[in-house]
Amino acid sequence: MPHTGAVPSTLPDGDPAPADGALPSSALRGLGERPFGVYVHVPFCATRCGYCDFNTYTPGELGTTASPESWLEGLRRELDLAAGVLGSAPPAETVFVGGGTPSLLGVDGLTDVLDAVRDSFGLAADAEVTTESNPESTSAEFFAGIRAAGYTRVSLGMQSAARHVLAVLDRTHTPGRAVAAAREAADAGFAHVNLDLIYGTPGERVEDLRASLDAVLAAGVDHVSAYALIVEEGTALARRVRRGDLPAPDDDRLAESYELVDSVLSAHGLDWYEVSNWASSADARCRHNLGYWLGGDWWGAGPGAHSHVGGVRWWNVKHPARYATLLADGASPAAGRETLTDDDRRIERVLLELRLAEGLPLDTLDDTGRANASDAVADGLLDRIALAEGRCVLTARGRLLADAVVRRLT
Amino acid sequence: MSTFADTTFTPPELIRNFCIIAHIDHGKSTLADRMLQITGVVEERAMRAQYLDRMDIERERGITIKAQNVRLPWQVDGQNHVLHMIDTPGHVDFTYEVSRALEACEGAVLLVDAAQGIEAQTLANLYLALENDLAIIPVLNKIDLPAADPDKYAKEIAHIIGCEPEEVLRVSAKSGLGVRELLDEVVLKVPAPQGDADAPARAMIFDSVYDTYRGVVTYIRVVDGKITPRERIRMMSTNATHELLEVGIISPEPKPSVGLGVGEVGYLITGVKDVRQSKVGDTVTSERKGATEPLAGYREPKPMVYSGLYPVDGSDYPDLREALDKLQLNDAALTYEPETSAALGFGFRCGFLGLLHLEITRDRLEREFGLDLISTAPNVVYRVVLDDGTGELIVTNPSDWPTGRVGEIFEPITRCTIIAPSDYIGTIMELCQTKRGQLGGMDYLSEDRVELRYTMPMAEIIFDFFDALKSRTRGYASLDYEESGEQSAELVKVDILLQGEPVDAFSAIVHKDAAYGYGTRMATKLRELIPRQQFEVPIQAAVGSRVIARETIRAIRKDVLAKCYGGDITRKRKLLEKQKEGKKRMKMVGRVEVPQEAFVAALSTDESSDKGKGKK
Ligand SMILES: Nc1nc2c(ncn2[C@@H]2O[C@H](COP(=O)(O)OP(=O)(O)OP(=O)(O)O)[C@@H](O)[C@H]2O)c(=O)[nH]1
Ligand SMILES: C[S@@+](CC[C@H](N)C(=O)[O-])C[C@H]1O[C@@H](n2cnc3c(N)ncnc32)[C@H](O)[C@@H]1O
Ligand code: SF4
Ligand SMILES: [Mg+2]
Repeated sequence: MPHTGAVPSTLPDGDPAPADGALPSSALRGLGERPFGVYVHVPFCATRCGYCDFNTYTPGELGTTASPESWLEGLRRELDLAAGVLGSAPPAETVFVGGGTPSLLGVDGLTDVLDAVRDSFGLAADAEVTTESNPESTSAEFFAGIRAAGYTRVSLGMQSAARHVLAVLDRTHTPGRAVAAAREAADAGFAHVNLDLIYGTPGERVEDLRASLDAVLAAGVDHVSAYALIVEEGTALARRVRRGDLPAPDDDRLAESYELVDSVLSAHGLDWYEVSNWASSADARCRHNLGYWLGGDWWGAGPGAHSHVGGVRWWNVKHPARYATLLADGASPAAGRETLTDDDRRIERVLLELRLAEGLPLDTLDDTGRANASDAVADGLLDRIALAEGRCVLTARGRLLADAVVRRLT
Repeated sequence: MSTFADTTFTPPELIRNFCIIAHIDHGKSTLADRMLQITGVVEERAMRAQYLDRMDIERERGITIKAQNVRLPWQVDGQNHVLHMIDTPGHVDFTYEVSRALEACEGAVLLVDAAQGIEAQTLANLYLALENDLAIIPVLNKIDLPAADPDKYAKEIAHIIGCEPEEVLRVSAKSGLGVRELLDEVVLKVPAPQGDADAPARAMIFDSVYDTYRGVVTYIRVVDGKITPRERIRMMSTNATHELLEVGIISPEPKPSVGLGVGEVGYLITGVKDVRQSKVGDTVTSERKGATEPLAGYREPKPMVYSGLYPVDGSDYPDLREALDKLQLNDAALTYEPETSAALGFGFRCGFLGLLHLEITRDRLEREFGLDLISTAPNVVYRVVLDDGTGELIVTNPSDWPTGRVGEIFEPITRCTIIAPSDYIGTIMELCQTKRGQLGGMDYLSEDRVELRYTMPMAEIIFDFFDALKSRTRGYASLDYEESGEQSAELVKVDILLQGEPVDAFSAIVHKDAAYGYGTRMATKLRELIPRQQFEVPIQAAVGSRVIARETIRAIRKDVLAKCYGGDITRKRKLLEKQKEGKKRMKMVGRVEVPQEAFVAALSTDESSDKGKGKK
């Protein structure tokens, strides 16, 4: 569904969720044996980027209906409720504060958020604690402050090093700022820093993408996420494309860009471990995201956040005002949920694990899926040796056709 | 209100049977409206435009498809008369409806649009009427139009039918001006029906319609004797006898009556469920002391154009069969036979009178029966003489074209008439030449309008000829054609191959000089219509083993959503489910997935048919 300013991205259709947020005992069984993480959604941005359909709001869109304060209040209540629903929840092994623009909360705000997580769940000794940050709302002091508060990882929305590309994307930071921020983060003691790139923006030339990759390498980060620009329905970008003001990204060009990204990054020791993610070592991989892809449990707190515990998925109401009101009334902010069938879970495993460099165990597939896997090897989409060893692993070409392979295997 | 016309067994000398014939859109149904009103059979508040166009599809397209008869009272000089009026369709595909109507009449109102003059179907229908020895009443319609030029066109008409221009009546079917005078003229000019009231009953079936509530309703015109509901009847062609449940007249709704006498037109209901048991052209007589000699029948309508109809969803096949069965009850001209296509699965090869007939049938199947259909490119019927002396093949489907063994090939030809302003003679001749037409003659209707007569292969006409003609004459040309035998021709079958596999649904029989054009056009179209696959797909057009055109669909390189959706995995899974659903609607040609839409779009000739002919 389109969102124009005040109506951000769609939630799925699902079953109603109970007001107390209670989960079936089947979902709670085995809690703690699987990885457990906490996601916190910060639904605020200074301005809206034309391509973005995430659940986030500018001050102008919110008016007086919600504020970072009312949000934080709600968040605390939701985390409390979560601790109650989960009962003997394990300490969080990963925390990911995403958005939106978490860096807008500042050091104090992000400290409060992490404290709230600690209060409700506690943190595992070696917990990975990430926050997304927009380059323009960070500084050396900011990084020092959040490092001191307990954050261990920073993800920066760099997108591009080309000024004209940043302009088309409506990004407000200057070309050099993301790299500078990454260095500041490293200087502040962050061993794990990620840079997000978007490729395929209208007007982006091969040289521009190369320059962005050079900048990423110069920043010396241990993790890179690179996404092909998606023209999401209902965004300002989609309108510009429809009007013909901007050309739609071309799939062949996107494929070439992906190949360029992959070859440059891997030549410099950053290896893919998920279709859109590269890391310098196994330790540098984002454990929190791996939890999503490997069927882990996590509680997603905040407006529009998604959660998964033991085969039950649910999602919160999107609007921060509604979110705060529900929690103030002592109700769960969940808007809907679904209980996965065995088949759903199997399909999700294929969908998610196939995208990983580790691949998918062949025995996850049914008979036709297995037969089709052999065909996919013949078509150069799956790795022959890996298949012989009982795993489906995408080839370089297969990664670019991953959705098609998933359709063949499910 | 009851009138003189409500009671039957009217003396023949007080009966006049006539039809309204014209080129498409010249206002027949509108004139019929005024007659219904002026004679009082339809009350003012029940009136609606083109009252007799009863089918939804007729009303939507603004054209008449089925002829309709009505019994009307009319007084001349204080003497009551009964008029049986039949409104006919103007489109060339439905000429057989006109010819049947003519059999029930002694006269015809030849209606001509006073702003357009004589058009191709004016002539065609006029000649049909003359062949049947009908009295012709020439009438100019739409004289209210500012562009009307009645003097000019009265001359045209007079010239064609051999009367004085002053004898051509002038009416406005829209306002009703002149319609009373026209009705008087009908009584005056149209001969009364003749027949022997005391002879054994003989009635001609001129139409037969299936009605969900009443079963088959058979329209008859009594020639001799009488038909009464108390007597059993016999169909003379089959000797089948039936009980009569009802006999009646149409005015303009069905009204039961005590029977029908000499010269009267009406309907009968026997309770049979299949129109084929009540065949148009058959003679009805009474079971006891019936007639021994049937009336002269009609030529059965013969399909001229064939196309395969396939359900998009293969599981709808039984529904399609049932729907065709039902439609055929009302449409004796529709034929169908099961066929299978490697590409499209199970379907039917259907025969039609022309492209409009095809289109309307398809439309009705889709709308009235909720089917989603693919129709293959229309083709005519070919006769292929085998060179090994083993005989010949009648080919209604390009897939049945023999390989090798082809000796001489015969294709149907038409005699066609084109009427247009004389400025366009050059353009038209050029066009007809490219369509393998042979000029038979040319006549001036007036100083600036001509009639051109051509012999042209039917295949050329049914393809895109009419549209090309219209666009080159800025809509001023009209066309009529009728089948006129066959000619030997150098025809070839062009196959379209995807990844080396022929796609039967795309094969076509074309003249050898047009093969390259067809091949390139299809290959280019398909390259655009078929989505890229995970491998490269060559598209080839070939005549036999000779490739005449090729295109390539490059392999798709990217099919992956690379974006962080955070934890919204539900969305991802639903997207996958949707994509897989979409895949189910693909037809597999070898390993190539071809969307239904590609078949529909590739097979539509986009310029092939003339829908409502100018009715926007
Ligand atoms: N101005 C004007 N328009 C008329 C007159 N008679 C008919 N029309 C219009 O001409 C168009 C065609 O009229 P119809 O009565 O449907 O013509 P038709 O001959 O029955 O057409 P087919 O049955 O399709 O052959 C309609 O838009 C009528 O309103 C008339 O006397 N004056
Ligand atoms: C939702 S954003 C949140 C982080 C932060 N606000 C930012 O913009 O950097 C996470 C990342 O998703 C990617 N992203 C967002 N919308 C996208 C789109 N339409 N197409 C491709 N990538 C997109 C961007 O790379 C962005 O950095
Ligand atoms: S800053 Fe990030 S979350 Fe905010 S609008 Fe831009 S891309 Fe979306
Ligand atoms: Mg009509």
